[in-house]
Amino acid sequence: MSEFSSLREMSADLAKGAYSSVELTQAHLERIQTANAALNCFISINAESALAAATKADQQRAQGDQRATLGLPFAHKDIFCTRDILTTAGSKMLSNFVAPYDATVVSNMAAAGMISVGKTNMDEFAMGSSNENSFFGTVSNPWDHTRVPGGSSGGSAAAVAAGLVAAATGTDTGGSIRQPAALCGITGLKPTYGRVSRYGMIAFASSLDQAGPMTRTAEDAALMLGVMAGFDPKDSTSSERHDDWLDGVVANGIAVLDRPLTIGLPREYFSDNPNFGGIEAAKTELEKMGHTLVDVSLPHTESAVPVYYVLASAEASTNLSRYDGVRFGHRCEDPQSLQDLYERSREEGFGAEVKRRILTGTYTLSVGYFDAYYLKAQKIRRLISEDFQQAFTQVDVLLAPTSPTPAFKKNQLTDDHVAMYQQDLFTVPTSLAGLPAMSLPCGFSNGLPMGMQLIAPAFREDLLLELAAQYQRQTDWHLKRPEAVV
Amino acid sequence: MSWEAVIGLEIHVQLATQSKIFSGASTAYGASPNAQACNIDLGLPGVLPVLNERAVELAVRFGLAIGAQINQHSIFDRKNYFYADLPKGYQISQFETPIVGQGTITITPENGRSRTVGITRAHLEEDAGKSVHDLYPGMTAVDLNRTGTPLLEIVSEPDMRSAQEASAYFRQMHTLVRYIGICDGNLAEGSMRCDANVSVRPSGQTEFGERTEIKNINSFRFVEQAIEHEIARQIDVLEAGGKIERETRLYDPDKDETRSMRSKELSNDYRYFPDPDLLPLSISEALIERIRGELPELPDARQQRYTSTLGLSTSDAVAISSDIDRADYFDACLAAGADPKQSANWMMGELSAYLNKHDVTMTQSPIAPALLAQLIARIDDGTLSSKTAKTLFDALWSAGPAGDVDELIETLNLAQLSDDGALTQIVDELIAANPKQFDELRSGKEKMLGFFVGQVMKATQGKANPQQVNQIIRDKL
Repeated sequence: MSEFSSLREMSADLAKGAYSSVELTQAHLERIQTANAALNCFISINAESALAAATKADQQRAQGDQRATLGLPFAHKDIFCTRDILTTAGSKMLSNFVAPYDATVVSNMAAAGMISVGKTNMDEFAMGSSNENSFFGTVSNPWDHTRVPGGSSGGSAAAVAAGLVAAATGTDTGGSIRQPAALCGITGLKPTYGRVSRYGMIAFASSLDQAGPMTRTAEDAALMLGVMAGFDPKDSTSSERHDDWLDGVVANGIAVLDRPLTIGLPREYFSDNPNFGGIEAAKTELEKMGHTLVDVSLPHTESAVPVYYVLASAEASTNLSRYDGVRFGHRCEDPQSLQDLYERSREEGFGAEVKRRILTGTYTLSVGYFDAYYLKAQKIRRLISEDFQQAFTQVDVLLAPTSPTPAFKKNQLTDDHVAMYQQDLFTVPTSLAGLPAMSLPCGFSNGLPMGMQLIAPAFREDLLLELAAQYQRQTDWHLKRPEAVV
Repeated sequence: MSWEAVIGLEIHVQLATQSKIFSGASTAYGASPNAQACNIDLGLPGVLPVLNERAVELAVRFGLAIGAQINQHSIFDRKNYFYADLPKGYQISQFETPIVGQGTITITPENGRSRTVGITRAHLEEDAGKSVHDLYPGMTAVDLNRTGTPLLEIVSEPDMRSAQEASAYFRQMHTLVRYIGICDGNLAEGSMRCDANVSVRPSGQTEFGERTEIKNINSFRFVEQAIEHEIARQIDVLEAGGKIERETRLYDPDKDETRSMRSKELSNDYRYFPDPDLLPLSISEALIERIRGELPELPDARQQRYTSTLGLSTSDAVAISSDIDRADYFDACLAAGADPKQSANWMMGELSAYLNKHDVTMTQSPIAPALLAQLIARIDDGTLSSKTAKTLFDALWSAGPAGDVDELIETLNLAQLSDDGALTQIVDELIAANPKQFDELRSGKEKMLGFFVGQVMKATQGKANPQQVNQIIRDKL
């Protein structure tokens, strides 16, 4: 086995008995234990439960279980509730929280026989674009340890990029899968809103949050999506839609794209940014593959970031009200009154960025400001959705950069909130529209990976995966590895 | 100056669902603290609400019963505030688009005339938990069993003008929700609670005065007392030249007074916004029609039928129709062929007395409607006198559902004596034994007729047919 084996490769090896799931898991755990000191991408390493699950997977295989997913190690972002295992959401507030139940994504992965080796670091409550907002410390980018991995799923991205796991779950509210995937040179897919259950996924902004896979290849992303996705009666916003390709994707892999696509280039996303050499080359590559590129316009793009910060903060401000020190999580010492309990528990338990967003959200929902902010933002959100609908009458998918810059230095943007929020420029519009989008490596800028983003109409992850797989057959950007990280 | 009170009520009705409005936990009353609070009720990180369809159906049923518009598209909002018994820090409610729109209900206050009260709206929401302040000194205990119990909040128009009308409205609502089976109506367990908005204004003035809100009243008596008290308090304040402050007040039934809880300046900004965890609620026309088909005959319609078609007195008709069990019992008597007025008399008389005495509900009565109908039939055909009928009733009560009317009449020898010869012989013997009284009767002292009839009844242990005895004595004159 190699540390950069894909899920598919490990699956084949397990099937032919090259090694057992216990051996594979053990190897993962050893590598994680060695590398985590430098990278800090795991909040918890769950050796005991992982080896128990691997032992069970090996037994199942011995009894004839041939599922492609059986016994494959991966990691969960520490935002998914796991029964009997710490779930922190990167926050001091939940630094002692052990959920009494499994998130639907967690039980789906377990039911497929996959082995969670640990839980990855993240920006507190998924709020951030650099992973610097974690109570558990900053994660290092495997390509350059002085740089951030992006966020909020920075731990997952770094773990996958460093070869500690082939796959990790992530969540994406405004770009939290795609931007760290781009900054760490891996493949990340944010599915259509409603595709993956949110039950047990600690909420940031309910109307935007969506879980998805972070992997090194499109094929592995498809396998992960096949396991994670599906209607869940416990989530009223999960889609009841049924897709044959998705049911078969774990067993069959991604279908070969057998027709040329029309790919739209939203002009609002492109500029003569010196970091965009990779995506410019990708355009040529896609044309060589037979696809047609056309210019399109998404005129409300420039409103997306402010709209996103109004809406996401509004939802977050009330989603985070439950962290009050009463039933679980951090509680201040010796509260003198209920008010004191609330004030000090929340003052001590939340970090600065979380407080900033709670304050913003509380403000925009208040009497007298609601219409000017929340309602107006909802109206613009609709316009942004309509921009995409209009574009998809002309094109099959859209191609756009994932982030304006490669990984930036730690502490570089921590005092410049607006610059930090601009990291989400290219990812939030799709989040607001609820559309599926995928980031894949497309080159380098100053030796650091850059990502490109493919965006499809709702529930057309098949198009994204087919095009991404085709691109990855023709190019090797996804096979580039950082220098030895361990 | 004379004053007029203006009152509107907000009634919270706990809907009679098995499970909570957004979780699968049981809503049964009386479990040990927090035993019925599941992960969702506890507001644990990551949990999501899923709407209980039954709660929606019960709300629609209510809307149809008050003739209201059912909003086929409604939205759940978050009402944000912090409190120890509100786990999520927000209550899921409906703010701008309630499920039930405007409707009406007819009330009949005691000694008053019937009138119609407007209902502004009714919306679905989840109940909060309970904070218990007197269990542990210096601490507050929190019981989240009630958290997530489905509530229908019914908001009236400010249409009531006296505490009596408000109380009649609350009673009528209590009758209605039990009638249509959406609430068990158990006030002691908090199944119905009400907040009253009260203001006063000089008689003849059309603008409303400043109002106060009295919170959490949970009995018919307290509604009347609390409002009565609050009206008097406001009039006192105004007549002393003072001003009514918009505020929330709490009624203390022990002291019979209301006291200020919080003033409006300190009130929360609830920051309502649509709950992104729940989709807008859509209700199909087909569902509405199905629920309409399941509605029972409503109290107003029944009362109308009892008075105009069956000729019952208004008081009997109100008494019977106001309770669905009573009304069903009554209709079952009619279905078994009994006379409406006699059925009503027996129900409101003997049966009510026995049920009270034995603390049994109408549905548990050992005398089923069919048995009562048979008993009434035996009065009608002259077999029973009113006196022997009561004896039979008592025997039937003891015998329970297995009791047989004719068998008991036989065994207990309750049939009226209507043999002319036998009765004539008894009358002759009595005249012979009481010649002086007979003379008085013959000289026109009508009162003596009663004396002789009484003596005959005594001699026959009440089994003689009094009309027949009357006739025999008159014939002797």
